[in-house]
Amino acid sequence: MTALDVTGLTVDFPQPGGRPFRAVDRVSFSLRAGRTLALVGESGSGKSTVVRALSRLVTPTEGEIRLDGARRTRGADYRRAVQMVFQDPFASLNPAHTIGHHLHRPLLAGGKARRGADVQRKAEELLRSVNLTPPADVARKRPHELSGGQRQRVAIARALAPGPQVLLADEPVSMLDVSIRLEILGLLDRLKDERGLALLYVTHDLATARHFSSEVMVMYRGEIVERGPSDEVILAPRHPYTQLLASAATGSGVSREEARAARAARLAARARRDAERREIVVGDGCRFRPRCPLAMDACARRPPEAEVGPGHRALCWLPAGAGTAGSTNSCA
Amino acid sequence: MTATLPTATPAAPERAAGLGLLRLALRSRRLALGLGVLAVFALTAVIGPWLAGDPDAVSVDLGQAPSGAHWLGTTQTGQDVFAQLVVSARGTLVIGAAAAVIATVVSVVIGIGGGFLGGVADETLSLISNVFLVIPGLPLVIVVAAYVKGDGVLSTVLVIALTSWAASARVLRAQTLSLRGRDYVLAARVYGEKRWRIVLVEILPNELAIIVSQFIHAVIFAVLTQAGLAFLGLADPAYLTWGTMLYFAQNAEALTGGAWWWFVPPGLCIALLGAALSLVSFGLDEVLDPRLRTRRPRKGAR
Repeated sequence: MTALDVTGLTVDFPQPGGRPFRAVDRVSFSLRAGRTLALVGESGSGKSTVVRALSRLVTPTEGEIRLDGARRTRGADYRRAVQMVFQDPFASLNPAHTIGHHLHRPLLAGGKARRGADVQRKAEELLRSVNLTPPADVARKRPHELSGGQRQRVAIARALAPGPQVLLADEPVSMLDVSIRLEILGLLDRLKDERGLALLYVTHDLATARHFSSEVMVMYRGEIVERGPSDEVILAPRHPYTQLLASAATGSGVSREEARAARAARLAARARRDAERREIVVGDGCRFRPRCPLAMDACARRPPEAEVGPGHRALCWLPAGAGTAGSTNSCA
Repeated sequence: MTATLPTATPAAPERAAGLGLLRLALRSRRLALGLGVLAVFALTAVIGPWLAGDPDAVSVDLGQAPSGAHWLGTTQTGQDVFAQLVVSARGTLVIGAAAAVIATVVSVVIGIGGGFLGGVADETLSLISNVFLVIPGLPLVIVVAAYVKGDGVLSTVLVIALTSWAASARVLRAQTLSLRGRDYVLAARVYGEKRWRIVLVEILPNELAIIVSQFIHAVIFAVLTQAGLAFLGLADPAYLTWGTMLYFAQNAEALTGGAWWWFVPPGLCIALLGAALSLVSFGLDEVLDPRLRTRRPRKGAR
C-alpha cells in the first residue's frame, strides 16, 4: 500500500530581481511501506529540495502530498508519520546536548513516552535498535564523543523515535567513511523491513541505489528524467543523462578506456556547467539538451515520458521514437 | 571539521563534572587571576560595609595623609577614605551588575528573538537596535541622566542599560541567523518541537559563550559609565560609589591640593575591577574554546 503519494510537486525559490528559480518541477511518485525508492542525481538537481518539501521544511509552490491517501494531514500527525535523516551527522546533532536529550525530545514531543523512567527505557530501546550499545552509556555522551558512523546511528534513532511510516534519508552516508557506509545502509535496510517503513533514499551513488532499492528515480535540474526498477534503470539506462551517470560510476565493470572517456566527458561537462547555470531557461525543451551528446531538433520541445519497459519510463524523445533515425526508418 | 575534535577529558564526564570544570578553569592563569581579584572585590562588597564603619562619620582629623588610625587618610571633612572605599565597592558592583543584567536580557530577547523570527519582526527589532547603535552613547547618557537626576540608583542603572544593549543584540542576531538554519534545529522542527523550546533549548545553549562574554563586557562598560556619570555630578551623590568619591575629591580640589590618597584608591579600584573582568572574559574564551587553549607541557615531560 502507498504510504506517501506525491503528485505534481513543484518548488520555486524567489530570486532577487527576476523570475523565481524552479528547483523542483512537477515531480510525482509514491512511497510504499516496506519498499525503498532511490532518488539519484548530481548536486543541485533538486534532490534535497524534494526531501525538504516532503518533511515540510519548505513549502511547495504547487502539488499535493498525500499521507495515507488523506489530502491534508494535521501538522503534528504529519510530523509523527514522516521523519528524515540528514546528510551531515556532524551538523545534525546539537553539540550542547547529550545523546539522551536527542532521543527524549522527539519521544516526548510526539507523545510516544511519558517523562521519567518510561522515556529513558524507550530511548535505550531505540539506541539498541540502531546497534549502539551499551545504550545507557551512549545516552550520557555528547555528540563530540562519538564517531561519524555512531552519530549517524543516533540521527537514525532520533528519526525513528516518533514511530514514522515514512523515512526520508537525504544522502545518509555521503559524509561517512567508505568503510562504514555499507553498515549504515544495511541498518536502514533492516529497519525498513522490521518496521515496514517506506524509505526514500537520496544519493548520487548508483551502486548503492541499485543494491538497496527496488526502484530508482533519476533527477536532473528539477525533473525526474528516468524512473523504473533499479536493475533496469542502472544496467540498461535509456535516458542519455542516466547513461552518462552510469558510465561515470566507478566499479561498474568498465574498461580503462571507457573509464577514461567517461572521465573526459565528465570534466567537459563540469566546464560547461557554469555557463549552463547562467542560462536561465532552455525554453520548454529538454533541460539536458545543452549537455546531451545525442541532442537533436526535437529536443527543443518538452519531451514526453516514454514507456521503455515494464514500469520503466524515460523523459526523452529518443525512446519515444521521434529521433532522426526513427523518422528515416519510417520513411524507408 | 576541526571543531568536532574531542575535547580534553572524555573520561568520567558526569561524575566529577563540577570539580572537573573548576580544575579546567584554574588551568587558565588569566581566568584564575581574574576570578581571584573579582572574588576579593565581591567579598568586600558583601561583608565590607559592616566592618569598615560609617563612611559618612566626620572626625577632627581633616585631610590627613594615610596613617595607622586612617589607613588611607581622611577627606577634607574628616571622613575615613578607606571606609568610603569599602562601602563604595558595594555600590559600584551593584550598579555594574544590575545594568549589565538588564542590558544582557534586553539584547538576548531582541537579538535572538529577531534573528529567529525573521521577517517583519526582525526588520523592526533590527531598526530599533540600529537606532540605539548610532546614537552617541555618552551624550545620551548625560542628557537622560540630567533629565532624571535625583531619582536614585535605579535611574542610573536604567540609563546605562539603555545605551549598552544594542551592539550585543546585533551580534546575537547574526549568530542566531546562522544557528537557525543548522541541521539540528531543522531536525527539531521535523519532529515537531515547539518554537519556544527550539529557541530556549536548541539555540540558546549554543550562544551561551557569547552571552557570558558580552555580560562581562557589559559590567565593565557599566562600571566605567557610572564612574563617568558620577564624576560629572550626574549620579545621586547620596549613593556612595567610586565615581562619587572621585566627584567629591574633585570638588574638594584634592587633585590640585595633592591629597592623592583620596582620588588614587578609587581610580585604582575601577582599573583593577575592569582588568579582572577582562581577564575572566579572556580566560573563559580560552577554556570554552578548545582551539585557544594553551597547552602547558607537563612537568618532567621535557
